[in-house]
Amino acid sequence: MTIATIDTLPTTVATELARGRGGGGPAPKRIVVAYGFWIFILSDIVMFSGLFAAYAVLSGNTAGGPTGSELFNLRNVFIETMCLLFSSYTCGLGALSAERRQAGRFLIFAALTFVLGAAFLFIEASEFAGMVEKRAGPSRSGFLSGFFTLVGTHGVHVTSGLIWLIYLVAQVVVKGLRAAVLRRLLCWSLFWHALDIVWVGVFTLVYLMGDFR
Amino acid sequence: MDGSERVFDDRTPGVEEHEPTASVLSYTAGLGLAILATIGSFVVSQTNLLWAPGIPVGLVVLAFAQIGVHLVFFLHLGSAPDNTNNILALAFGVLIVFLVITGSIWIIANLHANMMP
Repeated sequence: MTIATIDTLPTTVATELARGRGGGGPAPKRIVVAYGFWIFILSDIVMFSGLFAAYAVLSGNTAGGPTGSELFNLRNVFIETMCLLFSSYTCGLGALSAERRQAGRFLIFAALTFVLGAAFLFIEASEFAGMVEKRAGPSRSGFLSGFFTLVGTHGVHVTSGLIWLIYLVAQVVVKGLRAAVLRRLLCWSLFWHALDIVWVGVFTLVYLMGDFR
Repeated sequence: MDGSERVFDDRTPGVEEHEPTASVLSYTAGLGLAILATIGSFVVSQTNLLWAPGIPVGLVVLAFAQIGVHLVFFLHLGSAPDNTNNILALAFGVLIVFLVITGSIWIIANLHANMMP
């Protein structure tokens, strides 16, 4: 069936053929907003790819300082990973509750997501503080500059995600789960899931590959 | 405005259009698979389960598997026609990420190999 025959088909079939290709008129606002945010997330991931590349290039240059396997505590990294993974899960369930206009359930899942994200940040911050104390700060070697930049940028993203979540919870409480608030929640959940995807790259490249090397 | 009255909508990442129970199931299945991949990565890196020179390859494969799980079960990206725009954007992003990372590693490795001793 070629595109040229669409005009002669019944309307529903033509619309069905044009799905995802802009047929059937402009998409609803919710779709447009989330698609735009998806493009932002992809550009954010492209920015992270630059930091990943810098780390990959610099990771061997320890300048006589400590190496990854001397500094990393994989038990903590595993706990961090699980915190972020479960927060992605509770974020997804929270988004579902919001879609179904269950404000109470949404608030519970939002609180769980916040606690798990904050636990992740706490472990990361204490790891950074411990490294700086051991004179393994970002200025010690190329490896550590790359490490702090990459992992720190991810941490800053998680921090801004948590601040954004507080702001959205306030909106849900004050304004209720109306369409505009739901669109913002959708963008936030995309952001949070994307951070977990970036973390998969971080724990694989930085911690696991660094430690076994 | 939320488009629920329309019969055919394009899809967007993060939105599951199936029955509500299927959605919870999707998140839970994704969580289970992601946990398996995570534990797999940690085990592979810390034990002799894999032939030593193959460990980085195993880790990369597990990471890609987990990212795929996240995309499908958490962001609900699929291969259906209504997902075409999302997948195209993702494909372009993946291309750029690939070029930046492999290009940097390739160029710097060449420079490193050609350095005066």
